[in-house]
Amino acid sequence: MLLLSGGIGAGKSHFARRLIQSLQDVPEDVPSPTFTLVQEYETQKGMLWHADLYRLSDPDEVAELGLLDAMQDAICLIEWPDRLQDMTPENALSITFETHAPPRSEHERTLTFTWSNSRWDTICAELRA
Amino acid sequence: MSLPPLILGIESSCDDSAAAILRGRDILASVVKGQNALHEAYGGVVPEIAARAHAERLDYCVEQAMQQAGLEYDALDAIAVTAGPGLIGGVLSGVMLAKGLAAGLGKPLIGVNHLAGHALTPRLTDNLDFPYLMLLVSGGHCQFLIVRGPEDFTRVGGTIDDAPGEAFDKTARILGLPQPGGPSVEAEARNGDEKRFRFPRPLLDREGCDISFSGLKTAILRQRDSLIAEQGGLHIQDRADICAGFQAAVRDVLTEKTRRAISVYLDEAPGTPAMAVAGGVAANTVLRNALTGLCAEMGLSFSAPPLALCTDNAAMIAHAGAELFATGIEHDMTLAARPRWPLDQSAVPLVGSGKKGAKA
Repeated sequence: MLLLSGGIGAGKSHFARRLIQSLQDVPEDVPSPTFTLVQEYETQKGMLWHADLYRLSDPDEVAELGLLDAMQDAICLIEWPDRLQDMTPENALSITFETHAPPRSEHERTLTFTWSNSRWDTICAELRA
Repeated sequence: MSLPPLILGIESSCDDSAAAILRGRDILASVVKGQNALHEAYGGVVPEIAARAHAERLDYCVEQAMQQAGLEYDALDAIAVTAGPGLIGGVLSGVMLAKGLAAGLGKPLIGVNHLAGHALTPRLTDNLDFPYLMLLVSGGHCQFLIVRGPEDFTRVGGTIDDAPGEAFDKTARILGLPQPGGPSVEAEARNGDEKRFRFPRPLLDREGCDISFSGLKTAILRQRDSLIAEQGGLHIQDRADICAGFQAAVRDVLTEKTRRAISVYLDEAPGTPAMAVAGGVAANTVLRNALTGLCAEMGLSFSAPPLALCTDNAAMIAHAGAELFATGIEHDMTLAARPRWPLDQSAVPLVGSGKKGAKA
């Protein structure tokens, strides 16, 4: 499970889009989930949920969406995860996206990875290497 | 001459609960509950997704629609209901209610695709002949469809990331303008110079009718931030100019992609070439004028159903139900709620088969 944080245009959806398409035999369109709240995909690694919680006002709505169940058995990419509040899963990897002001390129992003569950230790160590 | 059938339509696939009664092209009653009240209370961003809320409101919607029309339930000829796509809880409450009514009254039940409801609306409002070209903007999606029949749609292109309404909303968010962004950005753009800032026209150089607006966000964000860095803040005129530049970019992309979609459509040599635009895009004067001009230039009639019939409503569901009913389609108690239900099954390799979720 990945929690994707950052402001508008920081690259959360773009990251999710490329990740989803890289897991598919035939890459399909990955529209922004801002309006639909959740988009579900079949991938080589199993079911994948792409959620955007920006429009939610109450963490209870997370359960209404079926996201709690999905967290158990699907890959979840969650944008605006601050809406989860105390339902934020402890085993997730959190990625924060930052853009930069000129003169740095508009295509440049800084990603910060944070996690508490040790399952990410090796994965992130490999990423760093 | 006998009257056209009297159809009750029920809709609950996303934020709104709605019921409507239709005879032919006459809307005898149309009740929509949910979004408006929530808009006022929460500034327009909070969806009502709870199935329970739909279930509670739907009964009243139906009751109120029947009262408005001044009809007894016995007078109905069929019950049409949105059976998908959408958030499963909402769709399910509508389908359950429709089944209950159909079983209790002994009337036919018709399951309707929510997107088909939108796509067939120009026949309800403007009596368009098949086939027509439709730019359908609904629930964060935006697609070009050739509509050939009540169940026959071909998708020729659409947004691959943000829909236009979403681009307007997010631009408004970036610039501190009120939501929904469509009207506020348009109003702001009226005082702006669209030539001062040149924003990208995504995918314009690529073949086909697919549309992308995602990259515009970054460009606007950067423009805003560089102005703030240069002058310590954003002047009112800056904001207006950014809005005007943004709107011009959307207009240019939409116009060019529509031009290509029209060419694809005209290859079929339709008898009475027509294009319809449903959704917020038609409410924007600049975008609407651009599309109206394009249609005139390419020999198509242009229509845009009123906004109340382009946002989620049940009149369109009753109408789509009536079209299906006329072709002899009825469903039984096995009618299932379908969270995913693409309009164009044949375009699966193009638009993807694995897509689920509301309005997929």
